[in-house]
Amino acid sequence: MAPVVLWSDALIWLLVAAALAFAWGSRRNPLLRAAWQRVGRSRTGMASATVLLFYVCVGLLDSLHFRPRLESGETQIAASSERKPAVYAVQVLSLLDAVLSPLRTRSEKTYSEPLATRAHAKEAIELRDASGRVRQIRDYPRLQYGGAHLGADETRRDADIGERLLRALAIALLVWWALAAATATALARIEACSHVEAWRRIWCNETGFACNAVLAVIAALLLVGIALGQLAVDYHVFGTDKVGQDVLYQVLKSVRTALVIGLVTTLVMLPLAVFLGVVAGYFRGWVDDLIQYLYTTLSSIPGVLLIAAAVLMMQVVIDTHPQWFATAAERADLRLLALCFILGVTSWTGLCRLLRGETLKLRELEYIQAAQAFAVSDLRILARHILPNLMHIVIIALVMDFSSLVLAEAVLSYVGIGVDPTMISFGTMINNARLELAREPAVWWSLAAAFVFMFTLVLAANLLADAVRDAFDPRLAGAA
Amino acid sequence: MLAYLVRRLLYALPILIGVNLVTFALFFVVNSPDDMARMQLGVKRVTPEAIARWKAERGYDKPLFINEAANGTAVFTDTIFFSKSARMFAGDFGRAEDGRDIAREIVSRMGPSLAIALPTFLLGLLVTISLALLLTFFRASYLDFWGVVLCVAMMSISGLFYIIGGQYLVSKVWRLVPISGYGGGLDAWKFLILPVVIGVVSGIGSSTRWYRTIFLEEIARDYVRTARAKGLSELTVLFRHVLRNALIPILTGVVVVIPLLFMGSLLTESFFGVPGLGSYTIDAINAQDFAVVRAMVFIGSVLYIVGLILTDISYTFVDPRIRFH
Repeated sequence: MAPVVLWSDALIWLLVAAALAFAWGSRRNPLLRAAWQRVGRSRTGMASATVLLFYVCVGLLDSLHFRPRLESGETQIAASSERKPAVYAVQVLSLLDAVLSPLRTRSEKTYSEPLATRAHAKEAIELRDASGRVRQIRDYPRLQYGGAHLGADETRRDADIGERLLRALAIALLVWWALAAATATALARIEACSHVEAWRRIWCNETGFACNAVLAVIAALLLVGIALGQLAVDYHVFGTDKVGQDVLYQVLKSVRTALVIGLVTTLVMLPLAVFLGVVAGYFRGWVDDLIQYLYTTLSSIPGVLLIAAAVLMMQVVIDTHPQWFATAAERADLRLLALCFILGVTSWTGLCRLLRGETLKLRELEYIQAAQAFAVSDLRILARHILPNLMHIVIIALVMDFSSLVLAEAVLSYVGIGVDPTMISFGTMINNARLELAREPAVWWSLAAAFVFMFTLVLAANLLADAVRDAFDPRLAGAA
Repeated sequence: MLAYLVRRLLYALPILIGVNLVTFALFFVVNSPDDMARMQLGVKRVTPEAIARWKAERGYDKPLFINEAANGTAVFTDTIFFSKSARMFAGDFGRAEDGRDIAREIVSRMGPSLAIALPTFLLGLLVTISLALLLTFFRASYLDFWGVVLCVAMMSISGLFYIIGGQYLVSKVWRLVPISGYGGGLDAWKFLILPVVIGVVSGIGSSTRWYRTIFLEEIARDYVRTARAKGLSELTVLFRHVLRNALIPILTGVVVVIPLLFMGSLLTESFFGVPGLGSYTIDAINAQDFAVVRAMVFIGSVLYIVGLILTDISYTFVDPRIRFH
């Protein structure tokens, strides 16, 4: 296989590297360290961070792309003759696709209910009776893959599902027990106490880190994850959509799109907001006037309309230059990035205004004036004295923006100015599924699956944002 | 006050010009009119004649800023910038792709938009402020805690789900009101009630939480302690003192939105088939009708600036200490 590095992949991994570097750097800063420890003590914060970590893992797995090698029929013959250059498929797959290849390739014809063995709608089926004549009846046809291992004995389905769930429960408990025991052992060693005491401390949340919340969430995630895995091998756990694609696969693929929108946008927004905000607040005068004019103008255009206008124009650029893109995935990827860029350019104004206000306050403080009296250069004052003191605002803004960006993606995709229609995202899933409720009987599973996964993601992000804000906001931190 | 208003209006002018330039740059400089024509007519198999005709029909065949072929003032007026962008200041938005006058269309669609947006706004304000006061009254109790949890959960649901779910339950399963559509006259309430209720419900989460923080900040102040010390009941303190003092931060967020109500809500209107400005915008986006989108961007920013000025004026009503010179 040939690795393919999409632009968004590169940026996502860059972000991961930056986050790790920042985490490493903030170990030495006592203020940041204390704040992060406060986050670590927050039970809701850590529980939601665990959920987010799970999503991030799925997203990262989906951010390593490659083009599979085409299997040609004459490989045996070719092996003996001279080596041919490898032929790669046009289709770009990710590591997640490879892991989920059963889900990806096992498409039914059309809708089927979750865990169903038969399709959702009746169809004319040809039956050959004993005398060899072909007879047509209308019935729900058997699915090609859903529950295929049951053979003709479909009544065994419920028992089979129950058995799988029990097996999942057993495995999950086993794995969780091992994890919990490892945590307790580690705690017992660090705190130099007995094993029983370590267990008690974890249970009563008397540790410096909210272990019990994390362990509880891990238990839930293991249970759900392993049960899904057990069932997904032979069933369509969340059913299939109109073209017969597995909904679970779509939901898992949507995670990456949501993460890219939520994270890469900040990469665009942050430099703009920080640089312009700090410069405007510190230098004042005409620089301030100019920057204020810039952000007042931009923020006075209603966000959705500006995004719509920009996306429409980008669409024109992409459509009139088809020669730029080798594969459809690259085009969709560039459109996703352009959307991030546009969202970033339209959303930096709020943070910029905050940072400008705070810098205006900071620059009048004694230590800045002392630095100026010592003839420290402006650049150094900005980098060494002002920027570190704005860090908490930046961090709070970043985590707060994430959930709103994920929500915005869904709305924008619905309006038709979001991601490429071929790209799987929560927005496109909702958009495709919104008319299905009107069918008789209603097709609800696509929407329900998108709802559950998106809701968990956004809820976790919101709760983590609250925990981070409580820990970093000096006004709140003083009270706690 | 009058002098202040005049000055604010004058300040607004450069911002509007900036908005105008930004949209102009977006629509005409990033893409040449040729690209737009190719896009509209289909990328493949498009003849230069067809492009030229498309441009001539819409007046996009002129130079961008300076028309050197013309004489006198026409050097500047006979250009795309003047005919498409500068004339928006006079309320002339040109024609849409289907040949209708955009300005007239906007005026006729304002009614339905307001009919939904105004009740949603007022009812939403009433409901969320009442709920926030309730949570503040029972602060630091289980009701408060679970109320906030519920708010965060409601915040985390995409607005799309509120609309889709509401339509499904109320209109399809319970068959209480029509799923979508719009009617004038007295029967209109049937069509209005569901979008209004959904609009209010979907806003409860974030607004209630936001107002609650504002109230809690106020309640920690000294004047509240004084009010309690002189024997006022907690309810009187909340309504007479806390609510009135919290009005300033509330107004900051709320008044700006009032003029934008004219624009309607994109999602609600398109889901419920209301012939308002929101669905007009969505239709224009889907049909890639650049002229309409441009007009809506301009109107949106005008309304936003009006909202900012209104916010300043509203401050003087709730806080007599604020005077503008």
